[in-house]
Amino acid sequence: MNNKNLYLPEMATINEVIEETANIMTFRVILNNPDAMENFSFEPGQVGQLSSFGTGEATFVINSPPTRKEYLQFSVMRAGEVTSKLHSLKPGDQVGVRAPLGNYFPYEDMKGKDILFIGGGIGMAPLRTLLLYMLDNRKDYGKITLLYGARSPVDMAFNYEVSSWLERDDLETHLTIDAEFEGWPHTVGLIPNVLLDIAPSPENCVAVTCGPPIMIKFTLQALEKLGFTDEQIVTTLEKRMKCGVGLCGRCNIGTSYVCMDGPVFTYAQLKELPNEL
Amino acid sequence: MELVKYLKSADLKSWLQELARENRVFAPRNEGDSVIFAPFDPEQEIAIVHPATLPPKKTVFPQSEKLVDFTYSKDPENLSRIMIDGKEVLPEGTAVVFGGRPCDVRGFTMFDRVYLAEKSTDIYYQARRENTTFITLACEKPETTCFCHWVDSGPTDATGSDVLATVVDGGYVLEALSDKGSKLLTSTLLENGESRKDEARKAHEKAAELLQDAPDLSGAPKKVLQVFDTMEFWEEAAAKCLSCGACAYLCPSCYCFNITDETIGMKGTRIRSWDNCMSAQFTMEASGHNPRPTKAHRLRNRVGHKFSYYPDIHDGVISCCGCGRCIKSCPVGTDIREIVLQAIEYEPAVGEEQADEQ
Repeated sequence: MNNKNLYLPEMATINEVIEETANIMTFRVILNNPDAMENFSFEPGQVGQLSSFGTGEATFVINSPPTRKEYLQFSVMRAGEVTSKLHSLKPGDQVGVRAPLGNYFPYEDMKGKDILFIGGGIGMAPLRTLLLYMLDNRKDYGKITLLYGARSPVDMAFNYEVSSWLERDDLETHLTIDAEFEGWPHTVGLIPNVLLDIAPSPENCVAVTCGPPIMIKFTLQALEKLGFTDEQIVTTLEKRMKCGVGLCGRCNIGTSYVCMDGPVFTYAQLKELPNEL
Repeated sequence: MELVKYLKSADLKSWLQELARENRVFAPRNEGDSVIFAPFDPEQEIAIVHPATLPPKKTVFPQSEKLVDFTYSKDPENLSRIMIDGKEVLPEGTAVVFGGRPCDVRGFTMFDRVYLAEKSTDIYYQARRENTTFITLACEKPETTCFCHWVDSGPTDATGSDVLATVVDGGYVLEALSDKGSKLLTSTLLENGESRKDEARKAHEKAAELLQDAPDLSGAPKKVLQVFDTMEFWEEAAAKCLSCGACAYLCPSCYCFNITDETIGMKGTRIRSWDNCMSAQFTMEASGHNPRPTKAHRLRNRVGHKFSYYPDIHDGVISCCGCGRCIKSCPVGTDIREIVLQAIEYEPAVGEEQADEQ
């Protein structure tokens, strides 16, 4: 047993706010306690509870990579009470941070392999942390392919980075939107269909995917069609969470608590769990 | 540690008054049609004829408790900047709970495995748990809703308790079961109880004789999981359910909670409150997606957690103490015993099994 208070957040200051899209904002925060900031360590894929005191807490992935430690980055899609409140905050405002929580992407096991990222909408946030981590440790990984889709160009978060990703010759980037849009130079089509067109080889490859449930459903089917096995597919889940430490009892899928045993699961692991996504 | 004392019935209140000098003492008392655990009041009768309507869960896990106090203050250098300071609010003081039943107190051992686990120790729970002493009253006879003996317990099971009190002619035999318990048994009101031990033993035997045969629930974890995808099973089990949550709120082993913030002016509090897995809001995500969209899904998780998931994680221990409150207080008569037995006996209709596997 230890004496750490599971519920007491570290106070933090918002350093920068980036308006990504009409309903997604990115917050770069710095813990107020310099020692806590200095010693903060996490793994790509771990999440944190971000709180606005007086409104509440919600769970977001830390989408800056552990290799870049000047700030912690959270991208927040406005959906409910807490996210709406967070969207009203500006640089200098105070938030609480309880992090890191949960497990992380098995990036060690992925060394030496080709990596295929498939992100839909805000689902790109958790992939960003792993993608940047891998780009910062580029020699450890084989070919890296990114397929990133959004409803339309204006719904595409991380726009300002995507252009630099397109320019890299050690990263193959495919961008897609759901429907024709004037001036859009990239692919048009739903992610699962575009994935089948690109047809990446499953040979020595791990697919990492995150996005809305309907996209995930058809993306998994597409990956199966391309020959990916359940063990070669990694995803990260979202659930309503309160405590983030396996106690409050709402994010379980059978015996697995998404906040502790997840949020990262292989498709093979998910198939072992009761079907309650 | 074998310390046995005898307390005359007439001295019970005086003894509790003595204990109340240094501890908050809780005892069961009548309130309307219910029996609840409340701070001991010598003016009120102690209601121990029947098990209490509510278990003493709140003595260690309050229905609502402060986790963090926070205050806002303006930065004097920049008045548009609001600073926030959060401070933990840890429980203080010691408590004694008199008159809980074996099932009630055993409920805390279900909490302990989760809340006192190495990887995530809940220091609020831990503080109260360590500072609360339980004087548990052995049961004399089962009620129709009692089934503690189905779930590896019984009417005189002292698991989780510090003192076991047994009603004998003229008073109580008090057996210390822990150091905390021994420390309570020092009052001069208490007599040496060695000579009355046999009476207590006989009362325990008599209580055991009154129990009817218990079904074997050792297969429950697997069987309950096997009907997971059989939605008709859960729809039928939940057909009458009103999603009121009485079952969860009254359960000694239900430990789910919610966290909410309340603010008044420049101050606020982050509060933890009991939550109810039968409520549609419990797992509702901000997007509108709900992994447990109907009461059938929610009942499936409730029964699944108690009789399958929890035992799977915690060495086979079923997270139900058999107190029967969920049965007794359910407004529509849902009986968790029936659901578990039906799951154990469930045979898929011919052909269904193959269809499931495809």
